[in-house]
Amino acid sequence: MKATRFKRDWIHGWLLLLPAMVFLFAFTHIPAVTTLINSFYSTPRGQRPARFLGLDNYERMLADPVFWKVLWNNLWFALGTIPLSIALAIAMALWVNDKLAGRGFVRMAYFTPTVLPLIAVANIWLFFYTPGFGLFDQLTRGLFGWPASNYLGDPDTALNAIIVVTVWKEAGFFMIFYLAALQAIPVSLKEAAQIEGAGRWTIFWRITFPLLMPTTLFVSINAVINSFRLVDHIFILTDGGPDNASSLLLFYIYETAFRYWETGYAATLTVALLVLLSLLAIGQFFLFDRKVHYK
Amino acid sequence: MTRISDAFDRSLNTVAAWALGVLWVLPLAYAIWTAFHPAAYEARFDLFAPITFENFVKAWEAAPFARYFLNTFILVTLILACQFFLCTLAAYAFARFEFPGRNVLFALVLLQLLVMPDILIVENYKTMRFLDLVDTIPAIALPYIASGFGIFLLRQTFMTIPKELDEAARVEGASFLGVLWRVYIPLAKPTYLAYGLVSVSHHWNNFLWPLIVTNSVETRPVTVGLSVFSSIDSGIEWSVINAATLMTSGPLLIAFLLFQRQFVQSFMRAGIK
Amino acid sequence: MLKSKFMKAVAATAFTFSTWASAQAVDLQFYFPVAVGGKAAETIQELTSDYMAQNPGVTIDAVYAGSYQDTVAKAITASRGGNPPQLSVILSVDMFTLIDEDLIVPFDDYLASDEDKAWLAGFYPAFMENSQTGGKTYGIPFQRSTPVLYWNKEAFAEAGLDPNVPPANWDEMVEFGKKLTKKDASGNVTQWGVRIPSSGFPYWLFQGLTTQNGVILANSEGNRTNFDDPKVVEALQYLVDLSQKHQVMAPGIIEWGATPKAFFEGQTAMMWTTTGNLTNVRDNAPFEFGVAMLPAKERRGAPTGGGNFYLFKGASDEQNQAAVDFVKWIAAPEQAAKWAMATGYVAPRADTWETDVMKAYAKDFPPALVARDQLEFAVAELSTYQNQRVTGIFNDALAAAITGQKTPEEALKEAQAQAEAVLVEYR
Repeated sequence: MKATRFKRDWIHGWLLLLPAMVFLFAFTHIPAVTTLINSFYSTPRGQRPARFLGLDNYERMLADPVFWKVLWNNLWFALGTIPLSIALAIAMALWVNDKLAGRGFVRMAYFTPTVLPLIAVANIWLFFYTPGFGLFDQLTRGLFGWPASNYLGDPDTALNAIIVVTVWKEAGFFMIFYLAALQAIPVSLKEAAQIEGAGRWTIFWRITFPLLMPTTLFVSINAVINSFRLVDHIFILTDGGPDNASSLLLFYIYETAFRYWETGYAATLTVALLVLLSLLAIGQFFLFDRKVHYK
Repeated sequence: MTRISDAFDRSLNTVAAWALGVLWVLPLAYAIWTAFHPAAYEARFDLFAPITFENFVKAWEAAPFARYFLNTFILVTLILACQFFLCTLAAYAFARFEFPGRNVLFALVLLQLLVMPDILIVENYKTMRFLDLVDTIPAIALPYIASGFGIFLLRQTFMTIPKELDEAARVEGASFLGVLWRVYIPLAKPTYLAYGLVSVSHHWNNFLWPLIVTNSVETRPVTVGLSVFSSIDSGIEWSVINAATLMTSGPLLIAFLLFQRQFVQSFMRAGIK
Repeated sequence: MLKSKFMKAVAATAFTFSTWASAQAVDLQFYFPVAVGGKAAETIQELTSDYMAQNPGVTIDAVYAGSYQDTVAKAITASRGGNPPQLSVILSVDMFTLIDEDLIVPFDDYLASDEDKAWLAGFYPAFMENSQTGGKTYGIPFQRSTPVLYWNKEAFAEAGLDPNVPPANWDEMVEFGKKLTKKDASGNVTQWGVRIPSSGFPYWLFQGLTTQNGVILANSEGNRTNFDDPKVVEALQYLVDLSQKHQVMAPGIIEWGATPKAFFEGQTAMMWTTTGNLTNVRDNAPFEFGVAMLPAKERRGAPTGGGNFYLFKGASDEQNQAAVDFVKWIAAPEQAAKWAMATGYVAPRADTWETDVMKAYAKDFPPALVARDQLEFAVAELSTYQNQRVTGIFNDALAAAITGQKTPEEALKEAQAQAEAVLVEYR
């Protein structure tokens, strides 16, 4: 009797999983494997089929200055976006959760990035950054008498300009998660601390921040992934330029595969991205493992 | 003493919150400004600039935004419906059934949090070509419908539901699917709402994959339509583009404004924190 | 005997009937991109329905495929999936890519008669350079453009220049530019002399400079580039000097899309951009403006740009013939004039400019003629095998030099070496 119950459980479990697993395998696991396989082949073109190249694509990648450039760009992009957007998200959530004059407006303002598509907003940021008559230049000229600055057209600032737009997008989105977490923290904890004379900062560092740790883990995983995924605005703002100064790994993969039609090499680049993501995930796991009690 | 510094602290916070708020709303404010004023005022902020609706008319005439909008709507609905269906079943299996391979399979599901479809564009494109689905709305949706995030989230929620409720329903004669339908799904409503909102806002705004896999008016979602519309050789017309942006993001914007409180609360209850 | 004659007649009748029947049932699918504002897509749909109304035997499904990039992607994927369009408008520079992918067929088989050959000769030669290779014609010019110089007459007058005389050569452009560059009290520039946008596809306008300097960037077989020629280096040095040495142009990469707006806002007194902007400038410039050919160095010169018709592989003879007939019809003066006026593209045949409507249009708006007159000096747009990659390499080199990361010579030497590596397998 017990044995049949188990068997039935097995079958039910498998059947319930089947549809999701079919799609997961079809569009995630199998493509990941074929990416790896194709990274050893040349790109088929016209009447020339794909040839086995061994490690040629990898050698090419290691010798490709653009690959190294976009890789460093991407790491810098991650470093620039992740901590800043998380810190801002926490600050925003704290403010909006607090009694604040005009809270409704401020909250709505923080929500806008979640609603406006990045691709559409990129056009607006393009105007903000435009030298001469762009909003930022009008402001800096009016307030400080600064000369025009070509934020997007200068290799030293182009990536930072992209980072700013990304932080705008990300912080607004992550704020929602922190806001939800804050509302779940019992007010009594804070009140007890206040009675004992703790200041706002002490309360934040000793009570709120530790209680937000699971959210921070969740958000930071998302932020890491997004830092390799969010490239929409690059299409409009810089197209990866000048001279790839603001290009990221995924953007380069897109360019290689769908502009240059070199799918073989694009597969190799994708493998590099997957390896990089796995390393980061493992690193993150060890970093947070001891600090978070997460079920 | 403390009271004064406290008040100072508070006003400092208020100023900072507002400063950030103004900065954050700036793109939307600019979109509204340009959309309702003639193109000559794109870069001039004159309080007495004439108001016009012509930009909306122009945008509406210049590109089939109604169609793009419909495409996005179909896409988002399709994805959400499939995600709910697939993820619910899978999460139920992981949360309440013992079967061989469970841990391995769950690890494979979690792997998708890392190896997102957005990264596998090259291979997924080949798959779509093989399935003869390139340039269809299902092609945009398929890679996303089995969502590792959704399965994980629902599994977490289902695991918090007391087993006694489950057993009580079984005693009353409910089948294993009946239990799912009558016990688990109703109790996980906030999770569905929160996940649904994340999913909708993500796919409403998604760009790269739809850009690759669509190439006609009948399938293109709003984001790709906007980019096609704005990347023309003859220079950017911010007034018309922003009118188009407002038209197409309007519904989502209004929905968020109306439901922001419920949204945050559902997040809280869903345990996304 | 009689019987066999009768049979022959029957067969002949059947044959004519069958060809007639198949002529009745020609279906064509036609992809087109839209790269200009206004009513381009509508005009194409309109022209197509006009054609179908006049030719009841042909059905044309005109598909608006998005940008040029979308269109070529759609055509390539549809072909690989065994479902190619019969006809598509794609960038003229994608010719070698399409040949390399083995997707297109030349027009020559369907344009064999003397009359057809004479018709083919009616296109401006500058446009045909990008349309022919190896003695075959793969593209028929359709939505073609060329860059020109726009200048702000009021700014010229204010700077003490004759508002009706644009710079005729490189030196004059610098000289005028210096007079036109204005600074405010704190020394910040409020108006630049000239603006040559360099974002996205800087090679195109830069090709104006190289052509003027008497050098061609790639051979007509599309398998050899000339990026490190001293004259190319000299041209790039001139472009860099405009902002670095002469300080008549804003430094760094200059955004293409914001260029017309910068012109309207008085941020620049002159700009280089496509003729496709004529209507936009005419509608939005709050001052009087002029349109001129690009200035000369050793000679006048400009690249051409835009899209051609291509015939795709996999169609039946009837379909190809019908597609060619449609192309001939749409290139005929009346239709071409309608198209040119609706979009601002340069009508690619001389006969179009002879029509009454075009004459009236040109009389009303003489700048429209500048582009046509410049065609005499125009050359093929840079195009090679693996075109996107090779121009991508070249663009990166230009950007590196413009932003001062590399010297023009260094940047171009590297680009040439990279392009060589890509193209060597096509020789």
